Amino acid sequence: MKHRSVHDVSQLPTYGFGSISPIWWGTLGFVALEGTGFALAAGAYLYLWQVNGQWPIAAVPPNHWPGTAMLILLLASLWPNAMADRAARDEHLGRVRLWLIVMTVLGFVAVGIRFWEFAHLNVRWDSNAYGSITWFVLGLHAVHLITDLGDTVVLAALMFTRHVTGKRYSDVSDNAFYWYFVVASWVPLYAMLYGIPRL
Amino acid sequence: MRFRLTLAAASILFFTRDCLASQSTLDPQGPQAEHLARLFWIFTGVCTFVWVAVMIVLLAALIRRKAERPDPLQLEPATERRSAAVVGGAVVATLLTVVALTALSYLSQRQLFAREKPAVTIKVTGLQWWWDVRYETDSPDQTVTTANEIYVPVGEPVTVKLAANDVIHSFWVPSLFGKQDLIPGQENEIQFKASRPGVYRGQCAEFCGWQHAHMGLLVVALPSPLFQQWMKLQSAPAAPPQDPIRKKGAEIFESKACIMCHTVRGTSAGSRVGPDLTHFGSRQSIASATLPMSRGNIAAWVVDPQGIKPGVNMPNVSIAPEELDPLVSYLAGLQ
Amino acid sequence: MTVSDATARDDLRDTHLGDAELHARLTRTWRTGSGWIERLSSVDHKVVGRRYIITAFVFLCLGGLSAVAMRLQLARPEAKLLGPDLYNQLFTMHGTTMMFLFAVPVMEAFAVYLVPLMLGTRNIAFPRLNAFSYWVYLFGGIFLWASFMLKIGPDAGWFAYVPLSGPDYSPGKRVDVWAQMITFTEVSALAVAIEIIVTVFKQRAPGMTLDRIPLFVWSMLVMSFLIIFAMPAVMVASTMLILDRLVGTHFFNPAEGGDSLLWQHLFWFFGHPEVYIIFIPATGMVSSIIVAFARRPMFGQLPLVLSLIAVGFLSFGLWVHHMFTTGLPQLGASFFTASSMLIAVPNGIQIFCWLATLWDGRPVFKTPLLFVLGFFFIFVIGGLSGVMVASVPLDAQVHDTYFVVAHFHYVLIGGAVFPLIGAVYFWFPKITGRMMSERLGKWNFWLAFVGFNVAFFPMHILGVQGMPRRVYTYLPEMGWGPLNLLSSAGALILFISFVLLLINVITSLSRGRLAGDNPWDAGTLEWATTSPPAPYNFSRIPFVTHREPLWDNRERLPVVTGLSVDSREVVSGTLTEAYPELRESSPEPSIWPLLAAIAVAGTFLGSIFTPWAVVWGSIPVAITLTGWFWPKGTPEDEK
Repeated sequence: MKHRSVHDVSQLPTYGFGSISPIWWGTLGFVALEGTGFALAAGAYLYLWQVNGQWPIAAVPPNHWPGTAMLILLLASLWPNAMADRAARDEHLGRVRLWLIVMTVLGFVAVGIRFWEFAHLNVRWDSNAYGSITWFVLGLHAVHLITDLGDTVVLAALMFTRHVTGKRYSDVSDNAFYWYFVVASWVPLYAMLYGIPRL
Repeated sequence: MRFRLTLAAASILFFTRDCLASQSTLDPQGPQAEHLARLFWIFTGVCTFVWVAVMIVLLAALIRRKAERPDPLQLEPATERRSAAVVGGAVVATLLTVVALTALSYLSQRQLFAREKPAVTIKVTGLQWWWDVRYETDSPDQTVTTANEIYVPVGEPVTVKLAANDVIHSFWVPSLFGKQDLIPGQENEIQFKASRPGVYRGQCAEFCGWQHAHMGLLVVALPSPLFQQWMKLQSAPAAPPQDPIRKKGAEIFESKACIMCHTVRGTSAGSRVGPDLTHFGSRQSIASATLPMSRGNIAAWVVDPQGIKPGVNMPNVSIAPEELDPLVSYLAGLQ
Repeated sequence: MTVSDATARDDLRDTHLGDAELHARLTRTWRTGSGWIERLSSVDHKVVGRRYIITAFVFLCLGGLSAVAMRLQLARPEAKLLGPDLYNQLFTMHGTTMMFLFAVPVMEAFAVYLVPLMLGTRNIAFPRLNAFSYWVYLFGGIFLWASFMLKIGPDAGWFAYVPLSGPDYSPGKRVDVWAQMITFTEVSALAVAIEIIVTVFKQRAPGMTLDRIPLFVWSMLVMSFLIIFAMPAVMVASTMLILDRLVGTHFFNPAEGGDSLLWQHLFWFFGHPEVYIIFIPATGMVSSIIVAFARRPMFGQLPLVLSLIAVGFLSFGLWVHHMFTTGLPQLGASFFTASSMLIAVPNGIQIFCWLATLWDGRPVFKTPLLFVLGFFFIFVIGGLSGVMVASVPLDAQVHDTYFVVAHFHYVLIGGAVFPLIGAVYFWFPKITGRMMSERLGKWNFWLAFVGFNVAFFPMHILGVQGMPRRVYTYLPEMGWGPLNLLSSAGALILFISFVLLLINVITSLSRGRLAGDNPWDAGTLEWATTSPPAPYNFSRIPFVTHREPLWDNRERLPVVTGLSVDSREVVSGTLTEAYPELRESSPEPSIWPLLAAIAVAGTFLGSIFTPWAVVWGSIPVAITLTGWFWPKGTPEDEK
């Protein structure tokens, strides 16, 4: 079929930030599906709590200090995360490298705290349903923590290679977006895992 | 007295519609099942009407020939408006129909699941692949324990409590009521009435493993005085065998693996892994309503349960040919 | 935000090129090579989409053969063809294959192939993820069927209720295979869902505002949202089941505070939207076919779109109707009766709008339309029997009987498979460049229609006559023999109709009449390009002025210019207006998605034997994922 040109797009840029970036939408999609997973796991927790007269079952509530330390660390990490995002949008290589390294270090500390949390849950995953669902919810969040840390590490490494282009800055910004989700999802899960056994 | 009861039971069987008990939702034998059957026909009628209406419109749409339109995008506003009105009307009609059916369903639900004080309470526990039946009575020496068959008085409300020991099963006697699941860790309950004397067949309706297909049960409805008689008989332990053949059979029973799983009250057999056999011979069927009760079927079952119901929990026990007849006589005589 | 420097360098654009040179350059840029490695590295949505379609139909065949075996066993009472163990495996394989390996993947497959073409773009969003999702799906399906062949196939039903499927009553690895296969297929489906959403949101041709998006695309968009919010439920459930079986957790063990009904809630929270994940895309196919064969735009486009969205939302509020006999509180259960019946309203709106379109159109009775007519006949019966089972008291009688089996086959085969076969006849010319045989098509339709109804209508009667589901045999005295025999005969006729479909496909590939770009004179963008489409889909990105672009622009196709021809670029636009805002680079072929899929498959396979497999497996997974995302210095990576 013959063509009739009505518009020219040659001047358009090749990358963008936020909702202009398709990867941002992909990240949002993953946030939606993983958020649904969290919601369902939390739903299962609440269901089992409601079905059982005694909660925790044959255990003392988990030691909340590791979880609280995690909460404080994650909330504190919001600032360097925002700095990384801002640096990426400004396309300032030096600041991006700095804040990605900071986020990498914070990520490793968070994973360490997560191991500490597991060690102080005061129940095993195979003791009873309470133990099982507690480990499960904490484990789900741990998986997100670890995978985002992996993402951050790879991006940080990339920013020290010859592959630094406009698009990489967009990737850094999208990764920061995902970290917001990792932090935001911890808040209600923390309240549930450490709060409900104490009711 | 036993003889009279058997005669009465036999005459009930003779007068029921089929030789085998009915298992159809459209052959209701109790007020709940009748209500459900009526509901079924009302819904079927409404739905058939709707389907026919849609098919007529479809047929008309296909048959009528409109003029060829050279430009598919050329539409007539009048036609579009008319279609909008008709579609709008159809949507309203659909909504009203749905609301009406929901209301009908809800009202039926309230009526069907309402409870009254039961004349009899029975606890049925589902196991792979049989039904443990225990009647709840006031005094412990009157406990009635049987398996795979429930006797109920005609015309009186019967409550059945449902429990499960292994996996999920479902208690379903279509000619009397809808089904309800037996779930481990939970106790469910249904209540129904049988309107007439008869034998009604049911079947497990939740996939429960290898022999789900053969996990049947029978509900036998007797007029109240006969039912009371049956209860009295069933609560008694097994009478010791009088004749030498049955005595030999009892010895064989107690020396083989049978007593590892079965109870015969009044003897040393007291295990609860398998069905209670105290009054086995008085039942209508064998192996969860799979085989009709007869000497031949008892023999077949006892010799080769795995052949009849592969995977069933009753192992093939080796029985010598000369042991079979006394054993069958013993079991058949457990009236 | 800086404009890319590439504009200034020797980055040639399509603006002033003649047709021949444009075609040559774009083909070189977008083609998949013919070597082994190149073919395994392809990220072309059409190549991946074709693979998906073919693989899904292979699984349809396997699932269908399981069903034929089941029907042969049930044809006579107490038949000794299949024992209970094999029968239980077969009905599990039948349901599992049809639901997880055929029905959802085939709908996603058509989306993967057709959505980018209908939207006027050159590739799907996240093409490497697309390739990865196909491999994961393939490996999951092979895993399931290889296990069945090795006699460790699952046997607890496609729904695997606990405690039967738990560690106590299903020893061995059978149920673990099932649960892990779920993980494969759900990862695959979720990935495709995200790709479709992002493609529809961001890669529509300029000018394709929301009201100009084809109904087929809307249906795939709604399907994708359903996948995102429903599939995590079955992933959570199947993971919990594997954990109960493998490491001793007690999610479903009532003796330690767990609950069997938790499984049912999680499974059906997924399971009910699942059937709409299958049905909604089929409505998109019906819409496309009706518009093309009624020769007029769809009546009620807006109500149809709103109905699709309403059905999507409502489908999340029905799941308890699968649990009416579990002893739940009556009032709560009756709420689900109301919602289950209410979904008849938006479904009804769709049907009425389709009828109105046919009424005002001039129907052309070719094979695709025949299958749509078969859909009307069969699906409406299924929908109405659904209204019946939605009633709590009625369901107490018909739940878990052959009545329900009849119901869901009427809605799934009538509502999804018939439109699907119509879609095959409709889009085969576009995908292959050749027409299918109309004569064979009509035989296909009538055998399918008659065979289906003879097979499944008697099941309504068998159900109310007391025949439960999932039984490997039944007693002769029940009187169910004759209807079962009739049903089995119908099943064979239905099976033969699929053989005819296969014959038609195979012979048409080599001997079908050449189709040309637009054999049906349809209006949507996929018909604006060649049949089969060139690797680059469109030599210039179309500009859309109407819901039916080709009917609105019969002489010349409006296009936008300015995209690169020597590197892979697509146009990315705003959400509602599709106003262009980016020249997004589209990834080149890569072998990493296949390698990552192998690493993931190995991890999943190992994890049914030991939880450490997840730890060790994460290493190759991390390596392959890093390799995947690591830039290679090509223009697509660097811009």
